[in-house]
Amino acid sequence: MTVIEAENVSKKYIIDHIKGNAKGNTLSEIVTDNFKNLFTKKDDNEVSHEDFWALKDVSFKIDQGDRIGIIGSNGAGKSTLLKVLSRITEPTHGKITIRGRVASLLEVGTGFHPELSGRENIFLNGAILGMKRQEIKQHFDAIVDFAGVEKFLDTPVKRYSSGMYVRLGFAISAHLEPEILIVDEVLAVGDAEFQRKCLGKMKDASTSGRTILFVSHNLTAVQGLCNKAMFMQKGQLVEMGETNHVLATYLSHVQKTALESWWLTPEEAPGNDKVRLKSIKLLPDFVDNQKHIDVRTPFKIQLEFWNMMDNANLNISLHLNSLTGECIFNIGTESKSFEKGIIYAECEIPADFLNDGSYSISFMVVKDTSTAIHNFEEALIFEIEDYREGTSWYGKWPGYVRPKIKFPIAQLELESIS
Amino acid sequence: MHETVIEAGRSEKYYWQDLWRFKELLFILAIRDITVKYKQTFVGVAWAIFRPVLTVAVFVFAFDKVAKIENKSDIPLQIIIFTGVIFWNFFAMSFQQVSNSITGNANLVSKVYFPRLLMPISSVAVPLLDFFVGFLVMIPFLIYKGYTPTLNILFVPFFLILSFFASFSLGVIFASLNVQFRDFQQIAPLIVQYGFFVCPIAYPIATIQELSWYPIYQWINPLAGIIEGFRWCLIPNYQYFQWDTIIPSVVFVTITTILSVIFFRKKENSFVDYI
Repeated sequence: MTVIEAENVSKKYIIDHIKGNAKGNTLSEIVTDNFKNLFTKKDDNEVSHEDFWALKDVSFKIDQGDRIGIIGSNGAGKSTLLKVLSRITEPTHGKITIRGRVASLLEVGTGFHPELSGRENIFLNGAILGMKRQEIKQHFDAIVDFAGVEKFLDTPVKRYSSGMYVRLGFAISAHLEPEILIVDEVLAVGDAEFQRKCLGKMKDASTSGRTILFVSHNLTAVQGLCNKAMFMQKGQLVEMGETNHVLATYLSHVQKTALESWWLTPEEAPGNDKVRLKSIKLLPDFVDNQKHIDVRTPFKIQLEFWNMMDNANLNISLHLNSLTGECIFNIGTESKSFEKGIIYAECEIPADFLNDGSYSISFMVVKDTSTAIHNFEEALIFEIEDYREGTSWYGKWPGYVRPKIKFPIAQLELESIS
Repeated sequence: MHETVIEAGRSEKYYWQDLWRFKELLFILAIRDITVKYKQTFVGVAWAIFRPVLTVAVFVFAFDKVAKIENKSDIPLQIIIFTGVIFWNFFAMSFQQVSNSITGNANLVSKVYFPRLLMPISSVAVPLLDFFVGFLVMIPFLIYKGYTPTLNILFVPFFLILSFFASFSLGVIFASLNVQFRDFQQIAPLIVQYGFFVCPIAYPIATIQELSWYPIYQWINPLAGIIEGFRWCLIPNYQYFQWDTIIPSVVFVTITTILSVIFFRKKENSFVDYI
């Protein structure tokens, strides 16, 4: 039986751009700009509107009991699709028919109030997710037990550790019993032990005939949990079908599009009138016939940029960030004197260093070791695939780095323990 | 099986039904607001007593003792101010709470679906509680002053409902506009501040009743009628209120309530895109 049917669903956002150089960041600049805007007529202000289609003609059918993994790079429209399906925002065009009670988990602990105790928040969050008071009461002990917060039930959640907070949030949602469950990235949080618990809980839910839609960047989890997958790109549904097949398409797409970008002339390149990006490349050193970068693959990052300043003392500061924006490391080149022209830099990232996941590279051109000339944000986005040997666990490997550090284990002596 | 159809601009058939289905959430949000308000305070709900009492004391000092407002009615200014402030606090607080109800619950708006009208409705819980507490403090004061309320007191709910809808309708319009233009967050406190002086809160209506423009005032300030009605319920032999003066208020409140709910329903689907 078809439980969700989407026909040509589109969602448009309108983005405003303000042209010209009136975009200061200091307080005085903001104040003067705002005053200028106050006194100039609307049409003098060069504000242009751009239509942005977060979803474009997406159509699909989902049968009862299907576990669908939705994958795609950032900005592909996955979260927008979930928001439309959970009625948080309405589509610009198109129609969706849903048969059954939907519960959506776009966040762990939605609506938690920091001042309220764990107990009060269980009822608050439960009600927000659509549970009846009676249902919450019935599951109360199980929720507390699952989250492991018995001792802190009457403590305001603002005093909870972030781990406890997340556990409590997930525990409540895990006891929802909707016919259709929509989940966004909730597994990206918590420690390995907890993630294993969550995956287990979601498996249970799926075996009881519930339909699950699950957005994740953790391809291993999608593979382990979902029987079908949807691959989205730029607001469109590229492929939907059997999980492994869709994952393969996805991987070939991601790595083809993201590993290098270059510009032919300075005019069109990003940057400012002092420096402009010419190219940024990521060159993996594949062994055998590997097609994707995984945790075993060493790679090089190569940068080229146009320098329009004479006799400038420059260095580069490179940031490697996780997709959530946390900096994993920051490295800098030495500072050298350069003339106008093209400047090249290269660094090598060793094998068995970064964990699997999506990363972005940003770099800054710095003058005289103190002034940032330009910050090229998210100049390159890439993914590192998982590769495991000798383990049968498929949950997300925790951490940002996955170094191969020798960790011998041995039996010291034989002793009979009674 | 429950079937939901999602389409652009579709006026949700089940909206009011949904609102009813989510009544438990309404209740829980209300409880949340009340609990949070007095969390980590030493005297807790007693603040609901202190606040109006102190406000009244200050106003009596300022208007009666210092400014010596001309009192053309036969009722002591203290009584006029006490009844006025209790009413005004309810109106002003619910208006402000309702105005901020959507932006204040932004985390819910962007993460979960429920009829958005729940937020403004539930946000009236705190002012309502404060009103009841203030009311219970006021009654002994009236009796002590020799103005024991008559059976007219039974009409209090009528005027309370009227002022609820007055603040709610205005607040709901502000709440919907506030999502896109935070200017309204700046305007709301001003309205409350000026309204206090424009409405007969700290002075008796008798003072302005003789003025030539009073008939117009009565029509453009629907709150004045409600306030006077409220005083009529509490003060025995209150002669400054006639039932026909409440008609403009009832008409006004009915129209704005209907319009504001229509406006809110038109806007609510796009809240998440602007919040």
